[in-house]
Amino acid sequence: MMFTLFSVFQPSPGLAIWSLVIFLLFWFLVGKFAFKPISKALEQRKNDIQHALDSAKLAREEVRDMKSANDKLLAEAREERTKILQEAKDLKNQIVAEAREKAKEEASKIINNAKQEIDNQVKASVAQAKSQLGGMAVEIAEKLIKKELKGNSEHDAYVKSLVDDLNLN
Amino acid sequence: MLLLFWSTVAFMQQADQHSGENQATTTEQSDENHEVETTVTTTHEEGIMPANAAHGETHAAGGHDEHAEFDPAATATHHIGDANVYTILEAVSIPLPTILYSKDAGLEMFMSSKFNADPHHHEDGKMAYQGYVMQTGNVKRVVDPGFPMDGEATIDGFSTKKEMVEGKEKIVDYVHYAGKEYKLDSRTTWDGGALGGGVTSFYDLSMTKNVVAMILVCILLFILFRKAANAYVTNAGKAPSGIQNFFEPLVEFIRDEAAIPFIGKEKYKKYFPFLLSVFFFILGLNLFGQIPFFGGVNATGNLSVTLVLALLVFILVNINGNKHYWQHIFWMPGVPIPVRILLAMIEIMSLFIKPLTLMLRLAGNISAGHIAIVSFIGLIFIFGQSGKSLLGSGVGTLISVPLTMFMMSLELIVAFIQAFVFTILTASYIGAATEEHHHEEAHH
Repeated sequence: MMFTLFSVFQPSPGLAIWSLVIFLLFWFLVGKFAFKPISKALEQRKNDIQHALDSAKLAREEVRDMKSANDKLLAEAREERTKILQEAKDLKNQIVAEAREKAKEEASKIINNAKQEIDNQVKASVAQAKSQLGGMAVEIAEKLIKKELKGNSEHDAYVKSLVDDLNLN
Repeated sequence: MLLLFWSTVAFMQQADQHSGENQATTTEQSDENHEVETTVTTTHEEGIMPANAAHGETHAAGGHDEHAEFDPAATATHHIGDANVYTILEAVSIPLPTILYSKDAGLEMFMSSKFNADPHHHEDGKMAYQGYVMQTGNVKRVVDPGFPMDGEATIDGFSTKKEMVEGKEKIVDYVHYAGKEYKLDSRTTWDGGALGGGVTSFYDLSMTKNVVAMILVCILLFILFRKAANAYVTNAGKAPSGIQNFFEPLVEFIRDEAAIPFIGKEKYKKYFPFLLSVFFFILGLNLFGQIPFFGGVNATGNLSVTLVLALLVFILVNINGNKHYWQHIFWMPGVPIPVRILLAMIEIMSLFIKPLTLMLRLAGNISAGHIAIVSFIGLIFIFGQSGKSLLGSGVGTLISVPLTMFMMSLELIVAFIQAFVFTILTASYIGAATEEHHHEEAHH
């Protein structure tokens, strides 16, 4: 019975030829009309997906870049602002200082002028007072001398020299 | 990938073990049967064919009543073998075109219905046509003189004998006609007598059961693939749906697990259609054979079919083999000359062994699965003593059903695994033949 069991395993030319023909036809037809378009479609889809993934990555990177640029810009603006504020502050201080300096100068000038005026006034009044006092003193002396020495020119000259000495003071 | 391959190997071994055991038991039983009864005679039941009535008596003496002894080995053999008639559920018999060629009678073409085969009776024909008869679904030719070689003839039955032919024990079939026995020739086979066949008086080029199954499966696959391919055009740019979802994972699986890793990222494209064709051809036929009661087609378990597939792989591998491949086979660089000679011998042997193992592995595994399932179903008849004991049949059914169910689910996995193993090995052979050796120096 072993032989009968083996008999089904005997390769038969008929079946072999048929299977060769059928398989070759199947290979040709399916390869040409099915596997080719399917492989192409799968390949294309694979590429599409890869492309989509790539562009998503690119977009993400772009967004990240943009964000960092924004941040940079913001930081710069902030810096600029503080810089401007600082400058303004400095300017203000400078202006205030200058104004103060100017005011001081003006004030000292005014004071000097006033001092000079006062000096002049004092000098004038002293001179006036001197001359008045001289006159008065002469009058008094005149009166005195008139009383004592009625009209002595030596005395007049002496008094005059005394007045001149006074003027030198 | 490795894990998958490991599980594949494990499954194969398991399956092999199973089938081995089953095969062993069935053949043992059959051998016992043979010791008791060397001649198995089958006759047509009386009454079905009135013309047989006269001859019926002579053969009824052979001791065969309606409850023919159940022979598990014969049943399994019959089941996994090819046939010139497509029988569904032992009830519907679909005749197939029969194409026969013999040197003396030339080409004959007719439908196998001419033989008037009885689906209930092991597909034995009741008629002879042009000197051909049908025994257990297979066409055989009468070689003894005296038999009417032209036109139809009503025959009475068959007998099988063990005979000594040229010092070797051989199984010889006889047809009974008009009270005489005529020797029969089986179809020519390509085993050179190693498996009990050889060149005989005729060639059977018929569209057999397996051929019809192959055509059906191929047409079905082609239609499904066309549908899927069209869906990629009409459904372009959208998520896959329907039939695409069935094929796409398989196609991508073959691409990513077999084609690209073994052949290479760009080079695989040339061989991809072949790999896919092989995979789906084998898978389709494996699964088609698993459909219960649908003829039990065993095309991928037939050596003729796997021979063709392995031959195509052999041709494809070797016509695409590059310089390095042939150099490594005939004159391995970097080893001493005596070793080179030894390696060349081994490599040349492996050149042929590789496709041979492809052929045997697939046919063996699929046939083994069929044999296992038939054997488990056969338990019902063995326990029931071929229908004599109802209780035995009941017990047999209780044992048989879970075993058969287990085996069928295992076979479902094996169908996928064997298709994948064949494909991945093909890819690895192609890959080895087309591999570019860039780092030759580092290699040796």
